[in-house]
Amino acid sequence: MIVIESLTKRYGSATAVDAVSMVIERNSLTVIVGTSGSGKSTLLRMINRLVEPTSGRVLIEGRDTESEPGHTLRRRIGYVIQGHGLFPHRTVAENVATVPRLLKWEEARIRARTEQLLAALQLDPALYSEKYPHQLSGGQQQRVGVARALAAEPAVLLMDEPFGALDPIIREKAQDDLLDIQRKFGTTIVLVTHDIDEAFRLGDRVAVMSEGRLLQYDRPEVLVTRPADSIVARMTGSAERAMRLLSLTTAGEAALPLASDGGKEDAPVVRASASLREVLSELLWRGSEIATIVDENGTPCGRLTVAAILARGRPS
Amino acid sequence: MRRAATLLRLAGLGLLLAFLLAPQLFAPLFAPLTEGGAPPIYDQGNLGMLALAHLATVLAACLGSTVLAVALGILVTRAGGQEFLPLSRAVVSFGQTFPPVAVLALAVPLVGFGEKPTLIALFLYGLLPIFENTVVGLRTCPAAVLEAASGMGMSARQRLLTVELPLAMPLILEGIRISLVINIGTATLGSTVAAKGLGEVIIAGLLSNNTAFVLQGGLATGLMAVLLYDAVAALERRLCRTARID
Repeated sequence: MIVIESLTKRYGSATAVDAVSMVIERNSLTVIVGTSGSGKSTLLRMINRLVEPTSGRVLIEGRDTESEPGHTLRRRIGYVIQGHGLFPHRTVAENVATVPRLLKWEEARIRARTEQLLAALQLDPALYSEKYPHQLSGGQQQRVGVARALAAEPAVLLMDEPFGALDPIIREKAQDDLLDIQRKFGTTIVLVTHDIDEAFRLGDRVAVMSEGRLLQYDRPEVLVTRPADSIVARMTGSAERAMRLLSLTTAGEAALPLASDGGKEDAPVVRASASLREVLSELLWRGSEIATIVDENGTPCGRLTVAAILARGRPS
Repeated sequence: MRRAATLLRLAGLGLLLAFLLAPQLFAPLFAPLTEGGAPPIYDQGNLGMLALAHLATVLAACLGSTVLAVALGILVTRAGGQEFLPLSRAVVSFGQTFPPVAVLALAVPLVGFGEKPTLIALFLYGLLPIFENTVVGLRTCPAAVLEAASGMGMSARQRLLTVELPLAMPLILEGIRISLVINIGTATLGSTVAAKGLGEVIIAGLLSNNTAFVLQGGLATGLMAVLLYDAVAALERRLCRTARID
């Protein structure tokens, strides 16, 4: 758990972050979203003390981050930045081994951990360990950056616009991978982005910042249905809020029981992991009233009607 | 193409060694330049020994320049040392622009004749390229890489030694290479204050009006400079083959 207590950063007379307080639950993925200059990156960088706060404090698992030198604190916190920042003169394996080496792990343990992480991020260790960053694609570099940040098994992972440099198709894949990683390693992730879609897609909880202040910090559906003020409402997009709400629920979660007759033969088939937004779009496109939901093995496990989806698009 | 270049260098090295070890072989070549039965090949000392002394003086001065220039370059690129940049730049630029001949003339009364005044002149003369290249090399490390290094938990010292200096190394080596080459030529001036070196041959030629001496001193020095330049360039390529290509 990360507790942030009225954290403030001033540069001269300008206030970058203004008395922000928030509690980040363990094993959650929290997204801080805001326009550029909203103070979101500064807030993130005060958690690992790359930026020293003017006032206020941060507790990680009850321990004040000021109780040890900044560089040793940062070895316990994963950090991923936009444009990955890989060391160009070191191989992929050496990059990943950076923090374990700083912590003086044994070589055998470092090698085992490096291979485990590269495999988990779909980079075959035999193929990629000895490559240099410039020999990788943008998506691969980004994954090596994540592997490096996770190398020393940090409980907390901070990510500053980690997908900003990726093209849209690779970005979506990278976002899915991140959700997988989070499930697999149970890391507490705090991610900064200016992309509200990314925030809604990834965040268990989303913090909206503007001009250094934290406007609202809640579950995504609450941000859509009960925005704290006009800035949050504008950011979450009031014209699209019904669709946003739909995008937060998967077909599997909203599925109705299968009809006893086994359902209509020609009903469109959608995966349980698809969002209601995607299901509705598919139904509109096919001109159908009803869809059959299938699990990952392709077995029908429920159905969804347009009426049922529309009901989910209204604030409850 | 590359092969031809290597062969040319090896031929150059062979020629230089042959001339320094067995200069009499070249006597017929230089004989047409002499008048009145003057010796065609320098005969007042061993050319090989002179070349070695010449090289040793240059390398020693260059080592000193490198230590000071790199240290200054590191200092002025730290957060706390930026204010020293104008002063450091003024000092090394002065070292480069103040004529080495004048340095020799000023140094002799202080440290006497011999190698010492030459070392001082070359040391001052070689600072600028190394300092400027160190500063540029350290300043152009990508910001994201530095941010990542700090974010991973490197101390300032670890970041400097394991990230910044390795990334700046190609440029630092280039600075050292330039400094070495200009000082191989400049070191010939040392012979005016009795330092051992190939300048002795040139000065002997000037005093006795023997063009052959002047030419062989100049050619040997020039060939040495070219070969040293290539050798350091090869070393640079070896060291930097893996480092930033992007």
